[in-house]
Amino acid sequence: MAKTIVVTSGKGGVGKTTTSASISTGLALRGYKTVVIDFDVGLRNLDLIMGCERRVVFDFVNVINEEVSLHQALIKDKSCDNLFILAASQTKDKESLNKEGVAKVINELSKMFDYIICDSPAGIEQGAYLALYFADEAIVVTNPEVSSVRDSDRILGIIASKSKRAEEGLEKTKTHLLITRYNPERVKLGEMLSIKDVEDILRIPLLGVILESPDVLQASNTGIPVINQKNSKASECYKDAISRLLGEEKPYRYIEVEKKGILNKIFGGSR
Amino acid sequence: MSFFDKFLNKKKPPATIAKERLQIILAHERVSLAPNYNSSKPNWIDLMKDDLMEVIAKYTKIGKEDLKINIEKRDNLDLLEINITLPEHHDGEE
Repeated sequence: MAKTIVVTSGKGGVGKTTTSASISTGLALRGYKTVVIDFDVGLRNLDLIMGCERRVVFDFVNVINEEVSLHQALIKDKSCDNLFILAASQTKDKESLNKEGVAKVINELSKMFDYIICDSPAGIEQGAYLALYFADEAIVVTNPEVSSVRDSDRILGIIASKSKRAEEGLEKTKTHLLITRYNPERVKLGEMLSIKDVEDILRIPLLGVILESPDVLQASNTGIPVINQKNSKASECYKDAISRLLGEEKPYRYIEVEKKGILNKIFGGSR
Repeated sequence: MSFFDKFLNKKKPPATIAKERLQIILAHERVSLAPNYNSSKPNWIDLMKDDLMEVIAKYTKIGKEDLKINIEKRDNLDLLEINITLPEHHDGEE
């Protein structure tokens, strides 16, 4: 039986797809057979971030509608043998996803894989609801910024009350906080919410902190998940998050402002 | 910002303002939005109120309006305040 993990946030543009790509790649690199599903029907983007956009023939909605088999729609990742992608449909609308159809696909996938990563669309409508509905665990992607934190709180409320686990009174969905676009310099200046601030407000365990980094744009430009970028702090942050997801203890790296040289200390202003 | 402003500046850092605003709005939204997620289920405060009423009724007579429950957020903790007004001639244990 696979473990189903949703990557969600409520707010758009916080890094859900970037995170889904890197988390699924990271798990596959660790030897787990992993599939990542794009739930953003109508606005598919995971294929671009994973660099497989030209190989999409059939999609999630085709499988739900039983037009093709799961094997026909699964796209094998170009760099990793354990990783498969199930793309979203671009032509259908959000209502093409239904609970029974999604349940059937997830059920079938869970016999074939160790991990199912569900990349949620933004918002709290059908796609986002179905992405989190079947999840055993949830990675809540949050930027240290007021609207993102508020929307994360809302999503946590929905996970706690409307997910399958909540409805059936099963053990609660395990929730993880992943802070993205974190900038230690701005936190030190008091301009950005700190890790502790976000933790205090959302009150769920921290899985990782991903630094704000030009590498993320570089990764999406080239279609290589950021976790596969060489010499990248953002990549290391994702690798640490993978370790924690697998139950390993990892210290948090890069979350403090780097020490400046002596000249910078003298001329670099009061901070 | 001028040199003197920096010295005289007693304003809170923006991140602190953000945190306080979030704590206030979320304390409200958690209570007001939570029951809507599943409208068939009453909010847990109402459920607890019913349970408390049942227990208290075993020992003394109070009305629903004599039991007040309030949730407040203070710094890092949620404060649950339960206020029970006993009737004037209550006997307690006999």
